Amino acid sequence: MQLNQMYQEIILDHYRNPHGAGLREPFDAESFQVNPTCGDEVTLRVSLKSNGTAATDTGDSLVVADVSYDALGCSISQAAASVLTDLVVGRSVAESMRILDAFQEMVQSRGTVEPDEDVLGDGVAFAGVAKYPARVKCALLGWMAFKDAVVRGTEGSGTAPGVNGAKQ
Amino acid sequence: MTELDVGKLRADFPILSRTVRDGKPLVYLDSGATSQRPRQVLDAERAFLEQHNAAVHRGAHQLAEEATDAYESARARIARFVGVEPGEVVFVKNATEGVNLVAYAISNASIGYGAGDPASRFAVGPGDEIVVTEMEHHANLVPWQELCRRTGATLRWFSVGADGRLDLESDEARNLINERTKLVAFVHQSNVLGTVNPVEELVRRAREVGALVLLDSCQSVPHGPVNLAALGVDFAVFSGHKMLGPSGVGVLYGREDLLAAMPPFLTGGSMIELVRMEGSSYAPPPQRFEAGVPMTSQAVGLAAAVDYLTAIGMDVVAEHERELTSAALAGLAELPGVRIIGPTGLDDRGGAVSFVVDDVHAHDVGQVLDDEGVAVRVGHHCAWPLHRRFGVAATVRASFAVYNTVDEVRVLIDSVRTAQKFFGVA
Repeated sequence: MQLNQMYQEIILDHYRNPHGAGLREPFDAESFQVNPTCGDEVTLRVSLKSNGTAATDTGDSLVVADVSYDALGCSISQAAASVLTDLVVGRSVAESMRILDAFQEMVQSRGTVEPDEDVLGDGVAFAGVAKYPARVKCALLGWMAFKDAVVRGTEGSGTAPGVNGAKQ
Repeated sequence: MTELDVGKLRADFPILSRTVRDGKPLVYLDSGATSQRPRQVLDAERAFLEQHNAAVHRGAHQLAEEATDAYESARARIARFVGVEPGEVVFVKNATEGVNLVAYAISNASIGYGAGDPASRFAVGPGDEIVVTEMEHHANLVPWQELCRRTGATLRWFSVGADGRLDLESDEARNLINERTKLVAFVHQSNVLGTVNPVEELVRRAREVGALVLLDSCQSVPHGPVNLAALGVDFAVFSGHKMLGPSGVGVLYGREDLLAAMPPFLTGGSMIELVRMEGSSYAPPPQRFEAGVPMTSQAVGLAAAVDYLTAIGMDVVAEHERELTSAALAGLAELPGVRIIGPTGLDDRGGAVSFVVDDVHAHDVGQVLDDEGVAVRVGHHCAWPLHRRFGVAATVRASFAVYNTVDEVRVLIDSVRTAQKFFGVA
């Protein structure tokens, strides 16, 4: 059964017991994303704080303090949001964006990119999703909301939620 | 009525004998999205292209003559299939384009045509109303939203009850079609619920107030006998690829006197009568609405599909699909934790069966079904407001065509059960 390649036990675990779920205060920016092909949606908030260094680049001086979300969607999209919180909370904004890029590259690779577990942690379980192009958007929904929220948060225009289609 | 030999018929559809996902026989239950094509349709397209291909309605050579004959013969056969005149059939790319053609013709009629112009009967503006239903496919909703935005007219709609039927009898529904109504656009058979709407009653209400009626017949024309003239609608649309025909061709039916008065949508070559630098006049319908060199092998292929369906008999098609629908409704009803969205009985119902599985998202159900070789559609099926009305983000939809078998319905039911087990809810 090919199914187990995609629905790995790690994914099903995150789906059944999602990490970081629910919307929390305080937050600096919020993003609302929908997957227009299936109607799935996620509202995701990020809270950013300074790490106290004098780094001039906000990507290095800001840390992702919290990610909270309310997601309506399939197991893949819910589990991906759960894994996201594990991977980015506590990291600098710049690091979180590197992880995001690695995750996105992996799921869009049609299975050609060997994921690095040191970077992606439980996220490597989504390598199987890459073989099902129709599900790539599911895996990316929460991640795109995170990216959008971080952009809003770092540009200081944070509270107005966007209504954008999930971008691959 | 002749008995349908599905096994023999399936041999006409090469794709149905292929396997998917590591050798699973394909169980294709997504004909509501697009149907498969028999060899007869593929052969007709190929024969046309190998022997007669040319740009129609232009050129003095033999091929141009033959291509034009093939194109116009296709129009005549398709017109006969739905009980209308050839001059009332406009070839479009698909049903979506057909709806947009009417919407833009109305919007064109609403600006720049004087009160004395025949086109003015289509004009809409502030104070006028367009009526649709909550169960429309986006293709028969968004163009009307846009028309209202452009013209200042108001969009109103019939709501859908929990049983998947239009509410036609509440006080609000009773007054929905009124003297302000200019057009009533609705679906013949819902692509999600399978509900067959009461065309006669809606046409009657529209007639009482002089409103036009457009029928989305994408999901009815392929599945049973439909006579558009007898239904009394003013316009209707359907797509070739949902009725065993090619993609890239669809039909807009318009009553002769209406097409004759309606301004064009797309303009350019082929649709003109006389062109001067200062301005142009236009060809009579249907050419007025077919700007540019049209799709030709596709029209020929669609006519071959119509011939194929006619040879089976549309009453036989309808009866067979009724049997499939009955098996699906009964089989799904027996599964705990599965809820059908739409009518659960066979009255006024066609072969689109949508359902949700408790605690398993439709996308996940669809993935397990796919692993079993069963092709279904998951999501909102381009009817997002309808899904919102039922409080679900997405449903699983099995949709049937004449080539499906009761055995395939059994595979569907078993596979839904497999999905429940896989996700630990059964």
